[in-house]
Amino acid sequence: MKDTEGYVTADGRQIGGVLMEMRNITLKFGGVVAIKDISFDIREGEVRAIIGPNGAGKSSMLNIISGFYTPSEGEVWYKGEKRPPMKPYEVARQGVARTFQNIALFEGMTVLDNIMTGRLTHMSAGLVSQAMWWGKARDEEIANREKVEEVIDFLEIQSIRKTPVGRLPYGLKKRVELARALAAEPSILLLDEPMAGMNVEEKEDMSRFILDVNDEFGTTIALIEHDMGVVMDISDRVVVMDYGKKIGDGTPDEVRNNQDVIDAYLGVQH
Amino acid sequence: MAHLTEGVEGLRSIPALLGRNAKIHADSPAYREKEYGIWQSWTWSEAEREIEALALGLLKLGVNEGDFIAIIGRNRPYLYWSIVAAQMVGAVPVPLYQDASAEEMAYVLGHCGARFVIVADQEQVDKVIEVQEGLHQFEHMIYLDPRGLRKYDHSHLHQFSQVQDQGRAAREDFSAELERRQAGKNYDDICVMLYTSGTTGKPKGVVLSNRNIIETAKNSAEFDHLKTDDEVLAYLPMAWVGDFIFSIGQAYWTGFCVNCPESPETMMTDLREIAPSYYFAPPRVFETQLTSIMIRMEDASPLKKRLFHHFMSRARKVGPKILDGEPVGLLDRLHYKLGEALVFGPLKNTLGFSKVRVGYTAGEAIGPEIFDFYRALGINLKQLYGQTEASVFITQQPDGQVRSDTVGVPSPGVEIRIAENGEVFYRSPGVFVEYFKNADSTADTKDAEGWVATGDAGFIEESTGHLRIIDRAKDVGAMADGAMFAPKYVENKLKFYPNILEAVVMGAGRDRCCAFINIDLTAVGNWAERNNIAYASYQELAGHSRVLDMIQAHVEEVNASVAQDEMLSGCQVHRFLVLHKELDADDGELTRTRKVRRKIIGEKFGDLVEALYDGSDSIYTETEVTYEDGRKGKIKATLEIRDAKVMPVAPKAMAAE
Repeated sequence: MKDTEGYVTADGRQIGGVLMEMRNITLKFGGVVAIKDISFDIREGEVRAIIGPNGAGKSSMLNIISGFYTPSEGEVWYKGEKRPPMKPYEVARQGVARTFQNIALFEGMTVLDNIMTGRLTHMSAGLVSQAMWWGKARDEEIANREKVEEVIDFLEIQSIRKTPVGRLPYGLKKRVELARALAAEPSILLLDEPMAGMNVEEKEDMSRFILDVNDEFGTTIALIEHDMGVVMDISDRVVVMDYGKKIGDGTPDEVRNNQDVIDAYLGVQH
Repeated sequence: MAHLTEGVEGLRSIPALLGRNAKIHADSPAYREKEYGIWQSWTWSEAEREIEALALGLLKLGVNEGDFIAIIGRNRPYLYWSIVAAQMVGAVPVPLYQDASAEEMAYVLGHCGARFVIVADQEQVDKVIEVQEGLHQFEHMIYLDPRGLRKYDHSHLHQFSQVQDQGRAAREDFSAELERRQAGKNYDDICVMLYTSGTTGKPKGVVLSNRNIIETAKNSAEFDHLKTDDEVLAYLPMAWVGDFIFSIGQAYWTGFCVNCPESPETMMTDLREIAPSYYFAPPRVFETQLTSIMIRMEDASPLKKRLFHHFMSRARKVGPKILDGEPVGLLDRLHYKLGEALVFGPLKNTLGFSKVRVGYTAGEAIGPEIFDFYRALGINLKQLYGQTEASVFITQQPDGQVRSDTVGVPSPGVEIRIAENGEVFYRSPGVFVEYFKNADSTADTKDAEGWVATGDAGFIEESTGHLRIIDRAKDVGAMADGAMFAPKYVENKLKFYPNILEAVVMGAGRDRCCAFINIDLTAVGNWAERNNIAYASYQELAGHSRVLDMIQAHVEEVNASVAQDEMLSGCQVHRFLVLHKELDADDGELTRTRKVRRKIIGEKFGDLVEALYDGSDSIYTETEVTYEDGRKGKIKATLEIRDAKVMPVAPKAMAAE
């Protein structure tokens, strides 16, 4: 597979060239090596999963992609360019949006206001204009609200538009977080354990939404997930990590039959 | 409104009424729908253009005169347009229940032989695709919401907006044909075909003509003085005859605006925003609403609580009288005015009932408590009695003659007759043409002179001329000792308690009555919370001994009240149990309109019925349940059976309701 070529998935979707590439990433915290020399790529339009047992370094990897951590060694390439060390908000402006494992919403604000914060990177009106809600700020807010309403419609959360997030059940909060990330119109959407703590029905709903987002907006999705069943169902390609190392990379079927992966998940007989 | 009534002769179809409205009400709103957080609206002339574009598109797709076009989805302007567009091209619209399972859908689609199906979204597309193998006449499907459908095979699948675009593009070629088909419209042509949910057996296709719908719409609109600037919220299933009469018949006749909610979950918010002036809801909706008001009042501050109870107790006495125009003392009037300012006004505003001028409820009996509550608030809530076969209206209550225990006087143009066995018969311009492809059933229901059997037993009150319904005629039976058995009469009394969602009383041919009870999770759950009763599931709550105590108290109160009725005092409930699952349409225990299917419940819970009658204290049971996605599962439970105190039958006591 060449960088620019892409491939066609089992269900007939055309996947594009490389959007983001991790080259020989190593991440150290003092003497602890969280990630050790990992390379993989994320292609345009695909659903890419990173899986692995607890402590494998999955979240650290996601934090590197989102700019929260700067790798100790190695390079991040994004849209064909090497990315210099950046702050998370700078990465966000480049079109990388994320959700968090432990939901990071503003509990006291309504669903609508929370999702509006996702549009922050698309606003440029100054403080005074915003405070007076006049001129540019007003036009901007109307345009942004329109975009947000599309997302609300897409994720079917119209009925909780004006509900404070703190009053929502867990599954819906997760959906609101996805909405906020989507509102940013990202090129890459990072999902940190989107199904953690959900029941079967909520997982099915979330899977459907993830696939619909990918299908409808063509958004590239990178996700971390514990639930193997879900990952294998919705991902195009999977990276498997264990103890900070990459032990497998490929389509769900390839990964499923990879002996190292089986050992990591089921344990090796001694 | 002289211009409305004069032209009846020329206005022989819904499309003809559309044409008239587009001329005389061109710029007043015809449809509104909340989408993307904003109410989008279409005027009558815009609606006409949309409908015409769709009709032309349908012609281009090859719709023939007399074809059946099924329409499946929630209330949306586009789907109402589909109905009218189908009529425009000479086809017959057949709205279906959107929550029907694929098999149920397959039956109806196969029975009417629909060549075209217009659906709302992917969910409905999937259902039709699932069953299309068995449908020989099915050819094309049109969908509204393209989401998730990108990858589907589009050889027989079309997007709604594209069909309209193609129709607009092909106007030259097809407008003559469209005019020809419209001109050929006869007053006795089919207007719509609606499938009845059917408490027994397969659904039947009720054929209603233009005459049925338009005459009924005209009569009922005049009865309640409906006006062009009235507002309705269309939220009840489109496949239901009531919605067809309100949102198509009366809307096109009077030219009022039909408002569609954003989604089923936002219905209550949308209701408040629209504040309809003409509103219909089944008793269940009013019940749920009252339950939630009461629950919220329990949680309110002491001052608010006292204000609410003080003014409500007075309003219950004088509110209905003021509404009916009866004389009320000046002091009471002033007191009521104060209550209106402090309590009723804000409450009605919250409920979305600020502007209700005409409100109706029907379908089931409504509890007197519930009915009086809304009347006390000053909401003109009335009852009507109707059927699909009658194009809804059989009887309805005129303003100022409203009571909770009758269903009103015959609607304009309707004649009523009570048969020997108590069954109610009617004859009217709204009487249906036939059951589609079912001459036997048609003959069983409608006689040569046009009298239709309702299947309900009732009588006409001599003093007032109002009709009172007792029960389904076939459910009215006899107990072992020959005493009259009317299960619904008792069930309704039970269901009037907010804690009881559903009740099934058995006793035909037996020596005494027993009952299954379903608790209302909202009401009982809130009660449990306030009383520190922990529970993990519906089943656990339903089996809790204190819940059983509470239900037992309700049953005993009902027994005391049933004992007062001379004719039905034998129907007191001797033993009961609280079911471990909610009765559900997905499991076939209720119809889609949530009516109890006695026979199926009797068979399915046969072991429980037996336990009720053999005197055992508890019973272990396993029940199969169907989940929303069609998978099946089993729930197991041991149910406690309780004995309820019964009253000695009062001899000679006159039936005091």
